[in-house]
Amino acid sequence: MMAQATEWLDIAALSDIPQQGARLLRTGAGCVAIFRTHDDRVFALDDRCPHKGGPLSEGIVAGHTITCPLHNWVFDLNSGQAQGADEGAVRSYAARVEGGRVLVSTEMLTRRSAA
Amino acid sequence: MMEKLVVIGAGMASGRMLEHLTDANAPYQITLFNAEPRGNYNRIMLSPVLSGEKTYEDIVTHDADWYQSRGITTRFGEHVTGIDCKRKIVHGQNGAVPYDKLVIATGSAPFMIPVVGRDLPGVIAYRDLDDTNAMIAAAQPGAEAVVIGGGLLGLEAAAGLQMRGMKVTVIHLMGHLMERQLDPSAGYLLQKALEARGIRVHCKGATKAILGETHAEAVLLEDGTVYGADLVVMAVGIRPETRLAVDAHLEVERGITVDDQLRTSDPSVFALGECVEHRQQLFGLVAPLYDQAKVLASTLMGEASAFQPVQTATKLKVTGCDLFSAGDFADGPTREDIVFRDPGRGIYKRLVIEGDRLVGAVMYGDTADGSWFFGLIKDQTDISQMRETLIFGPAFQGGGSVDPMAAVAALPPDAEICGCNGVCKGRIVDAVLGGADTLDKLRATTKASASCGTCTGLVQQVMALTLGGDVAEAAVGMCGCTDLAHEDVRRLIKAKGLKSMPAVMQDCGWTTPDGCAKCRPALNFYLLADWPLDYHDDRQSRFVNERNHANIQKDGTYSVVPRMWGGVTTPAELRAIADAAEKYNVPMVKVTGGQRIDLLGVKKEDLPAMWADLNDAGMVSGHAYAKGLRTVKTCVGSEFCRFGTQDSTGLGIRLEKLLWGSWTPHKVKLGVSGCPRNCAEATCKDVGVVCVDSGYQVSVSGAAGMEVKETELLVTVPTEDEAVEVITAFIQLYRENARYLDRAWKWTARVGLDWVKAQVVDDPDQRRALVARFDLSQSVYRKDPWAEHAKPGARDEFSPLTDLRLEAAE
Ligand code: SRM
Ligand SMILES: Cc1cc2nc3c(=O)[nH]c(=O)nc-3n(C[C@H](O)[C@H](O)[C@H](O)COP(=O)(O)OP(=O)(O)OC[C@H]3O[C@@H](n4cnc5c(N)ncnc54)[C@H](O)[C@@H]3O)c2cc1C
Ligand code: SF4
Ligand code: FES
Repeated sequence: MMAQATEWLDIAALSDIPQQGARLLRTGAGCVAIFRTHDDRVFALDDRCPHKGGPLSEGIVAGHTITCPLHNWVFDLNSGQAQGADEGAVRSYAARVEGGRVLVSTEMLTRRSAA
Repeated sequence: MMEKLVVIGAGMASGRMLEHLTDANAPYQITLFNAEPRGNYNRIMLSPVLSGEKTYEDIVTHDADWYQSRGITTRFGEHVTGIDCKRKIVHGQNGAVPYDKLVIATGSAPFMIPVVGRDLPGVIAYRDLDDTNAMIAAAQPGAEAVVIGGGLLGLEAAAGLQMRGMKVTVIHLMGHLMERQLDPSAGYLLQKALEARGIRVHCKGATKAILGETHAEAVLLEDGTVYGADLVVMAVGIRPETRLAVDAHLEVERGITVDDQLRTSDPSVFALGECVEHRQQLFGLVAPLYDQAKVLASTLMGEASAFQPVQTATKLKVTGCDLFSAGDFADGPTREDIVFRDPGRGIYKRLVIEGDRLVGAVMYGDTADGSWFFGLIKDQTDISQMRETLIFGPAFQGGGSVDPMAAVAALPPDAEICGCNGVCKGRIVDAVLGGADTLDKLRATTKASASCGTCTGLVQQVMALTLGGDVAEAAVGMCGCTDLAHEDVRRLIKAKGLKSMPAVMQDCGWTTPDGCAKCRPALNFYLLADWPLDYHDDRQSRFVNERNHANIQKDGTYSVVPRMWGGVTTPAELRAIADAAEKYNVPMVKVTGGQRIDLLGVKKEDLPAMWADLNDAGMVSGHAYAKGLRTVKTCVGSEFCRFGTQDSTGLGIRLEKLLWGSWTPHKVKLGVSGCPRNCAEATCKDVGVVCVDSGYQVSVSGAAGMEVKETELLVTVPTEDEAVEVITAFIQLYRENARYLDRAWKWTARVGLDWVKAQVVDDPDQRRALVARFDLSQSVYRKDPWAEHAKPGARDEFSPLTDLRLEAAE
């Protein structure tokens, strides 16, 4: 695949997402969770836990991690990698804050649901 | 021709600068003025001269030979009276000198507090050799001296005069001595040490006047105290000596303003030493002045160099008073302390840490490691790896391996471990050998770590050492973010009045910036339980169920369980439930084990609307998701049942209406049965009431989940009111004391049912106080969370931010 410049999509104001919380984006290939951390950074991950499909957006955000609400797997928000003894990863997308707005990479729109 | 350099002031700063310049043979023709009739001497050694431990000759740095061999023209004993910057001329008392470059190094002048009598003979400042000699002359054995000012200078003067046989009193305005260098604990130890050698110390003393006709005779304080004084030493502070600079219209704030090259507002005029102000900072110790000297010498030689102030360390040059202070040790929200005390040896050490850096150190009694700590401060060394043993100094950091045990083992028996209760290592060892092999037992016997709990780790290490590394019940930290156990954190929250999550995390030394999924829900509960009025519930620190006020299901849908008070319902309620089930396509409607109805499989977006519908029918959340009151199971009781002795249904409803909405360490379930046949299964609940003819048997701490446990009798009371009171008190006691996620039975197993009885049964005052605190909390929390989140504005969070499905098609 050829590397291409990220295209950004303005999806919301930062204040629409609670600090240490998350909101959902509905896309054609499933939901994406947009997390806002204690230090006002934003992260985007598929909202499906690789363990048993738990909605990650409903977990507890601490530092730059998310704990799945169903069985407490912990994922790094940056990489989507499971932490500790658990193995697995959830897909992550580029996201950033600019002028109080949350921008996400359009890559999540073009992905296939199999991804 | 060589450039002409004129220097005003032959003090410690300019002396060092001249050394650098002349060592490098800088091409200057130098003239040095000094108001004192002598050249540079080591001013900081005046105190040993005063005390008689040294003579003036010992402390001379530059003698006549030195100046001569370096070709410096000296004009000692001559005041400079003015600077003409335009014409580049310095006016001395004995004539003018032209300059190409000028250095002002006039030091500072002692500050004299403007009280009546300050001009009387016998009132002296402490700045130079003349002052010192005047003091020595006045120091007749048995005569009285009052030193005004309990800072570094004042105390050195006091100690010196005392060594010369005077009766000395120190008057200090602030609450403790050397408050700029020491914290109250170290200041207290210092005061004790000075008093032990016969120096009287009067803190919080404001001088009102110096009394005397022709000579100082006494000092009068605002509070009326009078101290006789043949000699008064005024050592309350210094002020940069800026008069020449002000008259010459150089830029002066508190000191003469200089840039990083020590240049004043006039490009040909430089300044250094205590007379300058650099980036709003003044200087009162020599270390940074020596740095300035180096930079200014380079500047004058045309080399690039910039002054950067570094941290300074202070020691008191009073023989026998071992103190050290460095860096910044003010309390701050982002700072943490490590404190070590050994009252037996009079040792106090405090390190102030910010992030992974040591920012300040205060030590009294044992200052051997002072310079090592000072190095860590100056170099901003990352100390996270040695944090555990840092306070024990470099000896314990050897070989890179950190062994807190070795450090603890090295402590003497009279080293204080628990500061709150004054428990030393020896007592802990004795108690452990006497059978206190768990932390709880040890706390019960010695009170060690039973107050603020910050010493718990140290206490456990002592226990482990004593028991041969085998602590029966090593209290584990509540999570990876802290070594403190739940109980310690709860104690600290109360003891220190910590009322917010950041306050707890900072004051208890959390190692993470915002906690983790384990500690945050626990802290949220502890804070709201202890400070119902001050603390605001943090939704983001709650598990999904409590955040969304519904139980999440394996497929991400939710279940909705409305309250059905005491298991009693009405046709209208049932109809509303049926309507909601149909309207929101609920896939399953189930009767629960808790005598109510569960609507399972509801979509998150539908929750607020469904709640609103149920609210309209008069129903509220059943908290089927909560670490809080769940159900109060009842049987039909005396109202209908032929065996019923009391109105068990009515009591159950009354209890549920009283207790609902309250958050608890784990879920709380009640059962009320009308007779010992116990159809409500009351004896396997957190609280069970079995009605009997004579009244109400209240039993507690049952369970029927992963563990099955029968309740234990708390008390039998004759009236319903008493039953309600004792149950409320029990639940509040549980709320205030249990670990988060301990069911009531686990908690009572930890603290003992006898203790619980002593609080809620045997002590009526305590019982009523518990009930009052519960009521206060319920004034905030007895409300329906569904109604709050069903409000139109609050519904947003239950739906997605945006729907991008259309965009995907593009
Ligand atoms: C719905 C219900 C089963 C039923 O269909 O009857 C039920 C369902 C669940 N129970 Fe239960 N328990 C239900 C009554 C009970 C009872 C019986 C009772 O309350 O009389 C018990 C044993 C009594 C006890 O608590 O000691 C019970 C012991 C548990 C336990 C084990 C607790 C323990 O300390 O050992 C759990 C796990 C937990 O809480 O950590 C649990 C947890 C759960 C959870 C919340 C599991 C979860 O985390 O998702 C289930 C939620 C299902 C849902 O979405 O509604 N449930 N559960 C009952 C709801 C009662 C209600 O009206 O609120
Ligand atoms: C008793 C005592 C104990 C101290 N202990 C310590 C210590 O333990 N550690 C520490 O770091 N610091 C200590 N200090 C502080 C330290 O001595 C000073 O920080 C340092 O001496 C300041 O150097 P300076 O060159 O700026 O000024 P000074 O050393 O004060 O030199 C200034 C000189 O300029 C002369 N002068 C002023 N105006 C004129 C004028 N118009 N014309 C001609 N000459 C003038 C003065 O007479 C003086 O000789 C102590 C000070 C005192 C007095
Ligand atoms: S016993 Fe309780 S927790 Fe277990 S499956 Fe049934 S409802 Fe779920
Ligand atoms: S589904 Fe996320 S941990 Fe099991």
